[in-house]
Amino acid sequence: MRPEVLLRVLVLGLALLAGHAQASSIDVYEFATREQEARFHALNAELRCPKCLNTNLWGSDAPIARDLRRTVANMVREGHSDQEIRDYLVSRYGDFILYNPRFTAKTAALWVGPFLLLFLGLGIIALMIRNQRREARLGPGDLTADDEARLARLRGQLEADTSGVPPRS
Amino acid sequence: MSEQHAATARPGIHRASLFIPLGVFLLVLLLLWRGFSLGDPHALPSALLNQPLPEFALPVLHEPDRIVSSEAMHGEPFLLNVWATWCPTCRAEHAELARISREYGVPIFGINYKDNPAEARRWLARFGNPYVFSVVDADGSLGIDLGVYGAPETFLVDAEGVIRYKRVGAVDQRVWDTKLAPILAELRDAS
Repeated sequence: MRPEVLLRVLVLGLALLAGHAQASSIDVYEFATREQEARFHALNAELRCPKCLNTNLWGSDAPIARDLRRTVANMVREGHSDQEIRDYLVSRYGDFILYNPRFTAKTAALWVGPFLLLFLGLGIIALMIRNQRREARLGPGDLTADDEARLARLRGQLEADTSGVPPRS
Repeated sequence: MSEQHAATARPGIHRASLFIPLGVFLLVLLLLWRGFSLGDPHALPSALLNQPLPEFALPVLHEPDRIVSSEAMHGEPFLLNVWATWCPTCRAEHAELARISREYGVPIFGINYKDNPAEARRWLARFGNPYVFSVVDADGSLGIDLGVYGAPETFLVDAEGVIRYKRVGAVDQRVWDTKLAPILAELRDAS
């Protein structure tokens, strides 16, 4: 097959595929107000499909995701608040269904952990900088008496070791 | 002797810091080990454990005019099995449900989940009907109340209608022997 023809076939195939995918996931939800529709969209984006691990309700074509979209739509129409809808679904499907997890004893590590690690890192950096600065500041007068004695001893040793050796060029 | 002393003049800081990478490594190891031993990531913990069965009023599969609530199932510990004819795994676990009902005398109720009732009746006629009765959950609303996200799912419910265990996926002999049967025995002892 000539490359052009192959390309055309591929493009056609992709277009058909895309059309199919869209056709299978279109459901029409009608709402009395724009505000309700906006809330419905926001909730679908932040609720997770229980069947498919890493997709929100919008992103999933699973039957359960469709059922949950319908449930959310009904609850929005009936005038339930966002929080009531979230609470209802959590009472059925657990925290799993929330992409934006609540702060509870169980999820505390999730929320607080990164900040703890950040402060730990900052602490380590501060400590390293302080040590470096102190070492840079050290002059001859900053040695302790012990260090002075050790320095004198080492100097003596060095002299004794090298006294018999002719100096290198 | 004096040199050795000199070499370890500040042993506290330097020696201990040698172990930091080891510590980090062990921490990562622990996290990975925990993460990989979580098993099936699809198996969500049921939020309904130790909660009463949700209220419902649904028709019975074989008597469409009869509407039942969960109270029709109470009295002794029972199994509540979510099934459908479109679900191949349900077909696979069907024989095991029949065996359990026969050998353990535990009542099994069905929820015919998002299915065609006529087809469901044919399916039971063909493969046997282990259920005391099945209710018809045509639009899956009871399924959502039960936190069902796929069939089959099986709930073990006590005599008062409180959910004591939930199995997502087929009940096979291993699941029955290791998970469901011990809890059932406990519930029967308690009552």
